[in-house]
Amino acid sequence: MQRYVIPIILIALALVAPAVVYPVFLMKALCFALFALAFNLLIGYVGLLSFGHAAFFGGAAYITAHTVKVLGWSPELGILAGVLAATAMGVVIGALAIRRQGIYFAMITLALSQMVYFYALQAKFTHGEDGIQAVPRLPMFGFIHIHNDLTLYYVVLAIFLFGFWIVYRTIHSPFGQVLKAIRENEPRAISLGYNVERYKLLAFVLSTALAGLAGATKSIVFQLASLTDVQWQMSGEVVLMTLVGGLGTVFGPVVGAFVVVTMQTYLAEYGEWVQVIQGVIFVIVVLLFRRGIVGEILALWRRQRPAPAVAPAPAE
Amino acid sequence: MSTLFGVSTQALFGQLLLGLINGSFYAMLSLGLAVIFGMLNVINFTHGAQFMMGAFVAWMILNWFGLPYWAALVIAPIVIAAVGIVLERLFLRRLYHLDHLYGLLLTFGIAIIIEGLFRYQFGSSGQAYDNPIPGGQNLGFMFLPYYRGWVVAVSLAVCLGTWYVIERTKLGSYLRAATENPALVQAFGINVPRMIMLTYGFGVGLAALAGVLAAPMQNVSALMGTNLIVVVFAVVVIGGMGSIMGSIVTGFALGIVEGFTKVFYPEASNSVIFVIMAIVLLIKPAGLFGTAR
Amino acid sequence: MKLSTMLIGAAALALASGGAQAQVKLGVLNDMSSLYADIGGKGSVLAAQLAVEDFGGSVLGQPVTIVFGDHQNKPDVGSGIAKQWLDTDHVTAIVDVPTSSVALAIQEVMRDKKRIFLMSGPASSDISGKACSPYGFQLTYDTYALAHGTGGALVKQGGDTWFFLTSDYAFGHALERDTADAVTKAGGKVLGAVRHPLNTQDFSSFLLQAQASKAKVIGLANAGGDTINSIKQAAEFGIVSGGQRLAGLLVFISDVHALGLKTAQGLVITDAWYWDMNDESRAWAKRFMAKNDNKAPSFTQAGVYSEVLHYLQAVKAAGTVDADKVAAEFRKAPIDDFMGHNVRIREDGRAEREFLLVQVKKPDESKYAYDYYKILSKIPASEALRPLSESECPLVKKS
Repeated sequence: MQRYVIPIILIALALVAPAVVYPVFLMKALCFALFALAFNLLIGYVGLLSFGHAAFFGGAAYITAHTVKVLGWSPELGILAGVLAATAMGVVIGALAIRRQGIYFAMITLALSQMVYFYALQAKFTHGEDGIQAVPRLPMFGFIHIHNDLTLYYVVLAIFLFGFWIVYRTIHSPFGQVLKAIRENEPRAISLGYNVERYKLLAFVLSTALAGLAGATKSIVFQLASLTDVQWQMSGEVVLMTLVGGLGTVFGPVVGAFVVVTMQTYLAEYGEWVQVIQGVIFVIVVLLFRRGIVGEILALWRRQRPAPAVAPAPAE
Repeated sequence: MSTLFGVSTQALFGQLLLGLINGSFYAMLSLGLAVIFGMLNVINFTHGAQFMMGAFVAWMILNWFGLPYWAALVIAPIVIAAVGIVLERLFLRRLYHLDHLYGLLLTFGIAIIIEGLFRYQFGSSGQAYDNPIPGGQNLGFMFLPYYRGWVVAVSLAVCLGTWYVIERTKLGSYLRAATENPALVQAFGINVPRMIMLTYGFGVGLAALAGVLAAPMQNVSALMGTNLIVVVFAVVVIGGMGSIMGSIVTGFALGIVEGFTKVFYPEASNSVIFVIMAIVLLIKPAGLFGTAR
Repeated sequence: MKLSTMLIGAAALALASGGAQAQVKLGVLNDMSSLYADIGGKGSVLAAQLAVEDFGGSVLGQPVTIVFGDHQNKPDVGSGIAKQWLDTDHVTAIVDVPTSSVALAIQEVMRDKKRIFLMSGPASSDISGKACSPYGFQLTYDTYALAHGTGGALVKQGGDTWFFLTSDYAFGHALERDTADAVTKAGGKVLGAVRHPLNTQDFSSFLLQAQASKAKVIGLANAGGDTINSIKQAAEFGIVSGGQRLAGLLVFISDVHALGLKTAQGLVITDAWYWDMNDESRAWAKRFMAKNDNKAPSFTQAGVYSEVLHYLQAVKAAGTVDADKVAAEFRKAPIDDFMGHNVRIREDGRAEREFLLVQVKKPDESKYAYDYYKILSKIPASEALRPLSESECPLVKKS
């Protein structure tokens, strides 16, 4: 029972948060938190740094925006369409990228997502620089009126919790254990008989599907899908969020996302300084705090416990 | 108006020549990246920002000190190389013992800082830098500005010169040996960390030189490097990371391919390099000239 | 309950709920850091401050406050800032907003939340066309005016074949479309067009295509830094010396300043206002320049002054900040200031302003700083603007 205390407190906080905090800001943070969770699945648990995750986030956003605005689909179908699109892209890009590892993998994902960006720049349905605007907030499932920001917030929270649950279950499953084994020592995993390529691809596709879910939801919340969502700077941002929060921890990406979104919102007046500050944080975290906020907290906590605890720590 | 493959020869050769010019930049930048990657095993994400800084130094010394373009060609690479060396000593060196991804992330963070600072100071619409060799030659099939011809010449000279030094001289052989087995080379009494530092400086200097070359052609703006750098990464992947000749040849070749595409299928011109990269990865993952590392 | 108690209670309620919101808060939203920063940027904030000062600093008993934001030319950033301003900061009107794609996104937000949107920055004629809104006002120029001014003039001078270099977003497309219409109506022909992304550095391949088309006029359907770059690089490739003319369809005084008179001389431009056109404009411009680093105001910045002043007058006349009432007052009285006298506002939100056809002076013709333009002629609103009978705006009642 004890292990559920923290999650329950957090969920309770999340339920009442809109009373204190601007709901649109919360929704933005939740979408990015989901995006970061998806990204972290790959880097934290499989050891693959994808520098092109914006392709899935933004690609799904475009598909969802298009189906809802132009084809008139209701939001839940639009989101589903976005997720499927992201998954499809994930299969193709993943199949190509998995062939290499480490830095090469990162470069390939970056370059392939640039291709997606250029396609988005030119395709008719994305409207280039204008983006897909004024995506209507039609009632979800026919009766949930998400036109109201507050109602939409709870829907987004539900989507986020669903995504979080999937990530959590994946990590704490036999599949997740094999992924960790691959990250630790790939040749040994191969020698044990695991089809390592298949596992990596599966993890990649799962990650892209969740990134797509985040992007699709974002386009419904902001009623807009634009080039910003598929640019490589967006890929860089999700890396920043995950690093700051804590690579390879369950809550790290969520914390990181909230920190970065908060910073962007409150420093928005300062234009370029936001970018500089993000860069400085990036550098400091890479040099000194590689474990990220949550990672450092966990390390501190573990150091303070007298006996090696058997209690399941959320990170490992 | 004569036509070739259904397109006017003027348009075709014009775009090919432009492609060669673009290829010069791709070659010089990917050469710098390849040299750095070969020695340090670090993907220098800051390369684009260093390219941009090279152009800005040229602009600064013209507008603040009245020094012309020809001085900038020498001064800017040295200044930016020095900055790069400081970067290597203070920051990059601490990460060599870790996974190479951290080097990538560090240079990425530094690139963001540099771009943000320049954008703050100078805005992003850019500054004007005058063409030092205005005018051009009407070659019949197209009008070639003198300056652009100069760019191709310099680029070829620098690239081939670098290749020669690395592949055919004693200094180059030390470099290549240190890349393969730093401990052994250090045991022979060669100061390997210093070589690494200087190599990084050299690669960065190449980027800055490319920046000076670019300044009269484009607007000198804080955003100059960002979009270029991703294309250069693709070039390096296609050529084979760590292969010097590979990156030079691939740079020029891809510039020409891009030029071709602009004539026949302009919509795809931005993505053709990435498509080629995807194909190369499928057939020869180590790159056209690379060896699997 | 006694009538007096009810009245007092009602008044108290009105004061309590209306009091907090009766304050006028203006949000100046534009590009503060990128290619359109010189056209609007901090200068627009200054113009708004001057207007508030001249009005008296307060309206309806409350001081007027100004906030500003940088939309970075991105619709998502712009609409995010707008929504936050409206929801949490109680901004009553948003001002300026260059970059048509952002303006269109914000038009929707303002329509949804019922707040006043005063535009002096964006050019797309769709803003008072198919995307018109009862709360949105396009008060300076639009692509139709630019097209008919410059396009018409050049065709008359013999430039009857055109090739377009177009910025690939709402503004560029609208400008290309409107100019192509104007050119064909005047008897010319459009030979082709090429689209480029916003904020392009290298125009060489596009210019080469334009050169190959052999069109007499190359229409630059772009703005800001893109226009400057295209003109500079066109000079590099010998396009003008090769006999083709460049038509800068949207050129601001800051662009001419950046290009220098040597490169920009001879360019024919349609302008909504020029700082040196008459005494009262000069007087205002001198005030502005004193606080703006001696940089002359663009017509969008002057437009910000004009629209803020008119808005404050409308709020005073309406007695409230409620958007419907203020919009009605805004339309009722014509705009009357140094930019233009007796400028009526149409039901589609367009101000019926007169335009200037100007030509950039040669370097030896310029006698003082920013003395850049020679006024060729004045274009009355009836000629420059899309007639209401052709309007696609659903608010316009067609008889």
